[in-house]
Amino acid sequence: MSQLRRPMTGRFKRRRIMDRAMTFAAYACAALAIIPLTWIVIYVFVKGIGVWNARFFTQLPALFEAGGVRNGIFGTLEVVGLSAAIGVPVGVMAGIFLAEYGDNILGGTVRFTADTMTGVPSIVVGLFVYGVVVLNTGGAYSAFAGAVALAILMIPIITRTTEEMIRLVPNSIREASLALGVPRWKTILRVVLPTALSGIVTGVFLSVARVAGETAPLIMTIFGTYYAISKNIFDGPTTTLSLLIYKLGGAPNPEVVKVAWGASLLLILIVLGLSLLARLIFKGEGAKF
Amino acid sequence: MSYLHEISEPVVEVQDLNMYYGAFKALDSVGMKIAKNRITALIGPSGCGKSTFIRGLNRMHETVPGARIEGKVLLDGEDVYAENVDPVRVRRKVGMVFQKPNPFPTMSIYDNVIAGIKLGRRHKKSELDEIVERTLNQAALWGEVKNKLKDSGMSLSGGQQQRLCIARTLAVEPEVILMDEPASALDPISTQKIEDAIQDLKKSYTVVIVTHNMQQASRVSDYTGFFFIEEMGAPGQLWEFGETERIFSNPKRKETEDYVTGRFG
Repeated sequence: MSQLRRPMTGRFKRRRIMDRAMTFAAYACAALAIIPLTWIVIYVFVKGIGVWNARFFTQLPALFEAGGVRNGIFGTLEVVGLSAAIGVPVGVMAGIFLAEYGDNILGGTVRFTADTMTGVPSIVVGLFVYGVVVLNTGGAYSAFAGAVALAILMIPIITRTTEEMIRLVPNSIREASLALGVPRWKTILRVVLPTALSGIVTGVFLSVARVAGETAPLIMTIFGTYYAISKNIFDGPTTTLSLLIYKLGGAPNPEVVKVAWGASLLLILIVLGLSLLARLIFKGEGAKF
Repeated sequence: MSYLHEISEPVVEVQDLNMYYGAFKALDSVGMKIAKNRITALIGPSGCGKSTFIRGLNRMHETVPGARIEGKVLLDGEDVYAENVDPVRVRRKVGMVFQKPNPFPTMSIYDNVIAGIKLGRRHKKSELDEIVERTLNQAALWGEVKNKLKDSGMSLSGGQQQRLCIARTLAVEPEVILMDEPASALDPISTQKIEDAIQDLKKSYTVVIVTHNMQQASRVSDYTGFFFIEEMGAPGQLWEFGETERIFSNPKRKETEDYVTGRFG
């Protein structure tokens, strides 16, 4: 009998069985990991799609019948947009600092702080902003206070992804620019940032998606009532989709609870859309070097 | 050892140059004169400080964390390491082409060429067009790219990318062009084109080229400097310097002869 074709007995058989079993286990666990996401999306879709009609998008919530979530949609766009306006410039510039000038004690401190901050529970951030912003503006809940809380959650994520993306830009490109007599700051602005742009934008989108669904810190900063919809971003409680889900979901009337499902579906689609957009940007633009 | 006597009107004069990376001394007491409108080749075994040396000429050395330098580098009689000298201005007078082609990945061919001149005074579009065509011609690339100037610089082959980098350097109109093994990553045909371009550059520029290829040094250069390290970990030294023909036919030192005849390296 040839050396290659041994009979499948003894330890060879055992190895083969083990190999098959482990491969199967790995596949099974991978499948298990995506079950929750698909399940949630399908479940929320089935429960929520029924209330999606003109009234859902244009009316305010009602207490004893199926109303709309107009104020929540507006509030989510307002608060998340504001938080991005605060958080993106700070986060991106901090990331540039870490990548280009951060190999020192200050950089190490900022990096460590950012890493720690990603682990701080969001409700603690809410409480912090309540103490620092809300109480210092005469106890006024406001979209601005909510945006500050979300920005605080957003900044460390943007900072670290921006740093990583800028560090991926090969040093040879920086050298090429410096050797042309382009000053350091202009090299960063004109050569390094454009090269890292798609990665940075991806990080921004992912962080926005991450905070769009936040609820806990907003309870303490924008308060969120049924009807709240303040015209002044610095004064007056307002609400978001996430807060409305929290409020409406606990209502005694089943018709009202259905609206909460509809709002959940909308929120999931917003977050999913942002993540998808982020991936598309990264795929389309990335990996040029 | 110094070979300062051979050139009477140098563009660059290096005096007693010591270069360090942190505690490591990479280059020991180099003196050299670089002749105007001539090509100076720097040869020698790996790790002997050739690349470090040319990075000392345009103050690129100091962009490496921990890097340090002692000595003088006179450019037209002015020490580039004197106080109040802006390294940015030095680099505009002493351009550099790197070993690996490194066009800016987000820019078109056209924008790559003008990347270095877009700061400072504003140029008219017609002026920029003229500069792009002239420098790409000097770099022997114009014919191959004139119909696709808006394409990404990354769409070119390695050899074309390297010529694009040469054009980009020329656009800044430096006096001296440093080339760090510009053809070592390229095929023979691309190498030939780069060498031809270098020969043409001599009319208007001073070129310093680091090369591992001794045939290349003897083909293109007027002067040759041989760098050498006596043992591992010791700093590199300029072992011998002179007219290329003399270095290759009648070297004064044994190590130079061993190297140029291919006995080691």
